[in-house]
This record gives sequence, structure tokens and C-alpha cells, in this order.
Amino acid sequence: MAVDTPREGTGADALPRPLGLLAELTHRCPLGCPYCSNPLALEGRHDELDAATWARVFGEAAALGVLQVHLSGGEPAARRDLVEIMASARDAGLYTNLITSGVGLTNERLDALADAGLDHVQISIQDSAEATADHIAGYRGAYARKNALAAQVVRLGLPLTVNMVVHRANIDRIEDMVALALDLGASRIEVAHVQYYGWALKNRATLMPTRVQVERAARAVEDLRARHEGRIVIDAVVPDYHARYPKPCLGGWGRRSLNINPSGRVLPCHAAEVIPGLEFWSVRNHSLAEIWQSSPAFQAFRGTDWMQEPCASCPRRAVDFGGCRCQAFLLTGDARATDPVCVLSPRHAEVAALAGVQEDAPYDYRRQRVPAEGV
Amino acid sequence: MAESTGPDAIAADARPRLPRGVRLVNSEAQGGFVLLAPERVFKPDPIALAILQRCSGDATLSEIVDDLAATFSAPRERILADVTALLRGLADKRLLEL
Repeated sequence: MAVDTPREGTGADALPRPLGLLAELTHRCPLGCPYCSNPLALEGRHDELDAATWARVFGEAAALGVLQVHLSGGEPAARRDLVEIMASARDAGLYTNLITSGVGLTNERLDALADAGLDHVQISIQDSAEATADHIAGYRGAYARKNALAAQVVRLGLPLTVNMVVHRANIDRIEDMVALALDLGASRIEVAHVQYYGWALKNRATLMPTRVQVERAARAVEDLRARHEGRIVIDAVVPDYHARYPKPCLGGWGRRSLNINPSGRVLPCHAAEVIPGLEFWSVRNHSLAEIWQSSPAFQAFRGTDWMQEPCASCPRRAVDFGGCRCQAFLLTGDARATDPVCVLSPRHAEVAALAGVQEDAPYDYRRQRVPAEGV
Repeated sequence: MAESTGPDAIAADARPRLPRGVRLVNSEAQGGFVLLAPERVFKPDPIALAILQRCSGDATLSEIVDDLAATFSAPRERILADVTALLRGLADKRLLEL
């Protein structure tokens, strides 16, 4: 008798089946968080997939094995047809998770989403203290709106996750963040250390916590988990510049999940476009199954054959898959290199040094190069 | 009123159910039933599945245990212990309401 996480694939040659799909419905967003996970080159409104294409893609995703779709952005509520898009995912049989900033989503539209079968809502909150929360978001009033929307989520009986991205300016308030999530009625909180890609990489020295802060935060999370077991699930994303081993990026390249960007390009992860030379296919020209099986970008780093030493002969190669390909490229210039977060990487000392660089500079906020319409 | 004693006992008249946001679905592509929850996917083994399929919010714990004991021709005490352990574990993970 057991309830376990499913394993991927059924045999040595079987192509794994994806479990999750991150659907970036738009890159438009009213907030300017300096660690936004969107790429530096944001897609414009006119390139976005229409609702009918998303509906077709959700059907293909379910047939491929996808169980959960994460409706994200940018701010997904910037899409006027969000309810229609969500309903089509639900109709395809997918578990629907809305990842929202809470800004631009009215209570009325949330009610409509709940009526149409939305399964779960995740709201990002930038800090437990209002003034710094609004400063980090680059948007006055964001904190108040997020709290009001969270209350409505709970009133509707929907499960709520609060996502807190932590960095040097707020990492000392993890206890307050968990207290806030409990007050709001959340059943889950993500304490996610900044990952340094895109906008966060531009702001790295401003965001980087000290080692002392990181160690205190790890102890705080352990204490809070023990204290609140059964009341709230606390998931933590580790601060990998301070780690000894790299994160197993999404459980392996092209193995468990895929990402579709607003214009329809299908990526193994949201940051994959930073790697030069990868060929991404679009749902405008191919079925999702074709892309998952055959697109050059998905095949590039699948499995372990692409590895160099020290990864190729490492006993951990099927545990962490050499770490993150995007990070390997960003920090070493070679996407096939060992993620230098790993102590076994010849370039590890550079990462350890970067983890010790803190700067008090103003945020370089995320922004659209060409002003986006309709935001 | 508990059927068994101890800190993890569940009331005999509790009516366990999956809360909103937790769904048991049959996925052809994944080859069977999966339990879907916020950011998590679980694959129940056949016994766990048999228990979960009875957590409708209508049946009481006693009725579920009776039903399983009859279906699997197994001693009631053992079924009760198994069901209690599974349901308590799921409730701690916010995957079940008791």
C-alpha cells in the first residue's frame, strides 16, 4: 500500500512522458520584479497564440501524458480570454494551476475561473512587509491587491499556494512570510530562492544573500516545517550558488516537463533560449508529440550521452543530470559543461566567489523594451 | 468515537474525502489512475487506489473498512490499520479531509 511519485518511462528505450506543462500565456505583466524568470527579450502581444490554438495544444498535451498545466506568464490575467483558455485545459482533462501576481485579476474573473473548474491558485507575494513588497514588485498597491485576491481564493474553497521569492532584501523574514501565508489560509507556501537567469542575473549582486543569511534561512525552514506539519506544506527551492551539488534541472532535460512560450515555441525549460544554437519548434507548425520526440532542442541534452567529464563517469549523473544546462552556459560559455555550482566542476571556485559578492545597487526592473499595449 | 486507539486514530463516523484541488483521475497515457494535487502527482498502488476510490465524502470510515474487508476477504483489523495509516498520511500532506 503506497502512494508514490510516478517514475518516468517504462523501459530502457522508452521515451519518458511529460507530467507537467508550463503555459506562458503572455509576457505582459504590470509588475517589474527584478528576478523575473521571463527572458530579457519579452514577446509582444501581437505574437501571442490565440485561445483556439491553446485548446488544441492542451488536447495534444493530455494525449502525450501531461497531467498538470501551469497557466503562467507574465501575468496570465493580462489575457482577456483567460477564462476560456483555462476552461479548455480543464476540458482536455488537465489539472489547472493558475500562477498569478494577483494584479489585474478581479474577484469577478476569479469567480468565473472557479466556476469553470480551476483546480489551484498560486499567488506570488514579494515580501511579508508591505512597503518592501511593493518596492520589489515596482508597483504601489500590489501587496494589498494580492492579499485581497488570496482571501477571495480561500472564500471560494480553492487551494492556495503562496509563492515567496527570497533574496537578500527579504530572506531574514521567512518566519513572517509563513505566518502571512497561514493568516491568508494558504495550504502551501513555496520559499523559492532566486535563480540567476535573465533578469535575476542582471541583478545578481543586489539580490545575492550572504552565506550567513542562507544558513539561517535553511534552519528557519526546517523549524517551521516541524512546527506547522499538517497545517501548511512548506516547499523550499535551494539557493544553488551556495550549494555543493547542482539542482537536477526540472528532473532532467526533456524528461518530465515542457514549456510553451507566448508565441508557441516549445522549450525544455523557460530559460532554454539563452543557449545559442538550439533549434526550437513551434506548436504553430508541429504537434506537441512531434516536438517532444523529435525537436532538436529536446534531443540536445536528453539522457546522459551528451555529457563531458567529470559528469560522464560521475555516480551522480542520473541524480542531477550534470545540473542546469542554461546555468552551465551562462557561467562557463559551454552548455555541455558541468554546472559550475557542482563542487566537482573545475569552475566551481568562480561560483563560490560570486556567491560572496553583495552590492547595494538599485534594482534593474524587468520591463518590456517596446511598451506593451493593454497592460 | 474511534475504531482504534492511539494518537493517529480516525473517528469511525468520519467521512473522508478529497478536498477541492485534489483529484483522482484515470490517465490513459500514464497507464492508470493518478492522484493530482497542487504541484504534486502521486501514483497509488492497487490497494491505495481501492481505498481512495471509496473516499467520496459519503461513506464513513467504518463503511469503507467493511466494504474493503468484504471485497478483499481480509481481516477487518488489518484493513482498518492499513486504511488509517494511509488516510492519516494523506491528511498530513493536505491531500485528504477527514
